[in-house]
Amino acid sequence: MSQTTTIHGEKISLLRVLGPGHVWALGVGIVLVGEYMGWNFAVGKGGMIAALIACWVAGLLYTCVAMIDSEVTSTVAAAGGQYAQAKHIVGPLMAFNVGLFLVFAYTMLEAANAITLGYLVQTVGTMAGFEGVHDKPFIVLTIVFLAWLNYRGVYATLTFNLVITAIAFVAILVLFTAVIGPWAIVELNHKDLITGLPYGWMGVIAALHFGLWYYLGIEGTTQAAEEVRSPARALPLGTMLGMITLLIAATMTWYICSGLMPWEYLGQAVTPLFDAARLTGSGPLMVLLFVGTIFSTLASANGCINDASRAWFSMGRDRYLPVVFGAVHPKYRTPYRSIVFLVPVALVFAYYAPLDQVITFSILSGLLGYTFMSINVMMFRRK
Amino acid sequence: MEGMNAFQMLEYAAWGISALLALWMLFDLTVTDRTYSEDLLTSSREGEIDDALVIDPPHQGGHK
Repeated sequence: MSQTTTIHGEKISLLRVLGPGHVWALGVGIVLVGEYMGWNFAVGKGGMIAALIACWVAGLLYTCVAMIDSEVTSTVAAAGGQYAQAKHIVGPLMAFNVGLFLVFAYTMLEAANAITLGYLVQTVGTMAGFEGVHDKPFIVLTIVFLAWLNYRGVYATLTFNLVITAIAFVAILVLFTAVIGPWAIVELNHKDLITGLPYGWMGVIAALHFGLWYYLGIEGTTQAAEEVRSPARALPLGTMLGMITLLIAATMTWYICSGLMPWEYLGQAVTPLFDAARLTGSGPLMVLLFVGTIFSTLASANGCINDASRAWFSMGRDRYLPVVFGAVHPKYRTPYRSIVFLVPVALVFAYYAPLDQVITFSILSGLLGYTFMSINVMMFRRK
Repeated sequence: MEGMNAFQMLEYAAWGISALLALWMLFDLTVTDRTYSEDLLTSSREGEIDDALVIDPPHQGGHK
């Protein structure tokens, strides 16, 4: 161990090995699952057009979020992201609250992803003709395997995220390419399927919060601030590239799905992109989009473990929590105690709590965090 | 019935791998905590950027 352990003097710190690609993978990896499932409930609330308005309004708001993060993090580059920003710019009470919001938002999102992955495997088992299939073993495996990966090092963790997120994004690109242009294998029928605003402008307002699904979590890139080689370059570049990727993926997803399914179905579908692939009748596309759905869910849970543990670690290091959580593994250079501590928390919620309650817990924590960000950037500019 | 057994085996494998990975983490955590002093393990401080720690595994073959 002593040969590979990097200890300078009497100090150990997190390992600075990440590049902009990893930052992109962390941000987009957490979010892309929202393209595969969840965004389409906006369609159920207000129809196709309302979902597109929600997509772009939320896109504009999240572009602001990404720009705030890029601006502030260039100055406050520390693990903990918005927690560290709150500590330096607002004060200790705000920092403590923001830290807890972050940990709960990401840990609950991790639990929600694990529940979804378990459900998908269970569905495959049922479709394959097996009886009495359970989702629990796969929920537990998802959380424990990803925690183990995070424990072993940030470079491998986010390189893994980079690969599976890229595959999930390419799957959307391939599906889009397959349904447009002269070579299209199925005809999109926007003319008949887009039916205006079935619930009027009230439906647009009701749809807005589901527009968040396209981008929710992109702000997590700032958690990697202490592990990137060049924070001032990699964080803004990775975050903004991530935002551009999500805007493209969100618009393509809406275009594909709204041209293939009636809004009444799309508005309550569990896996809209996979359903779109099924409607093309192409076996390879179905496999690709199923793999994309699984990978996007895994990437999201993986990024959430990374982010929640960094926030918890930072709070421990600053003694907002017991200082034992501020420990760094001498060999793997990860906040190993924080990673292990949050495993049972995620497991309890993923194992016992219903999906909608877990998601609500996550979103509520996230929204409280966003409320802070708008105050934060104004105070940052004045200082 | 045979098919059902195959999926059950997958479920048992998932439980088994989960247990192994969890035990590995707990074992490593215990060994690490006993091997190093608490002062060293919790010596990380915000804002301390050591240029010597700027490592690029793809180009330098891992940290040394």
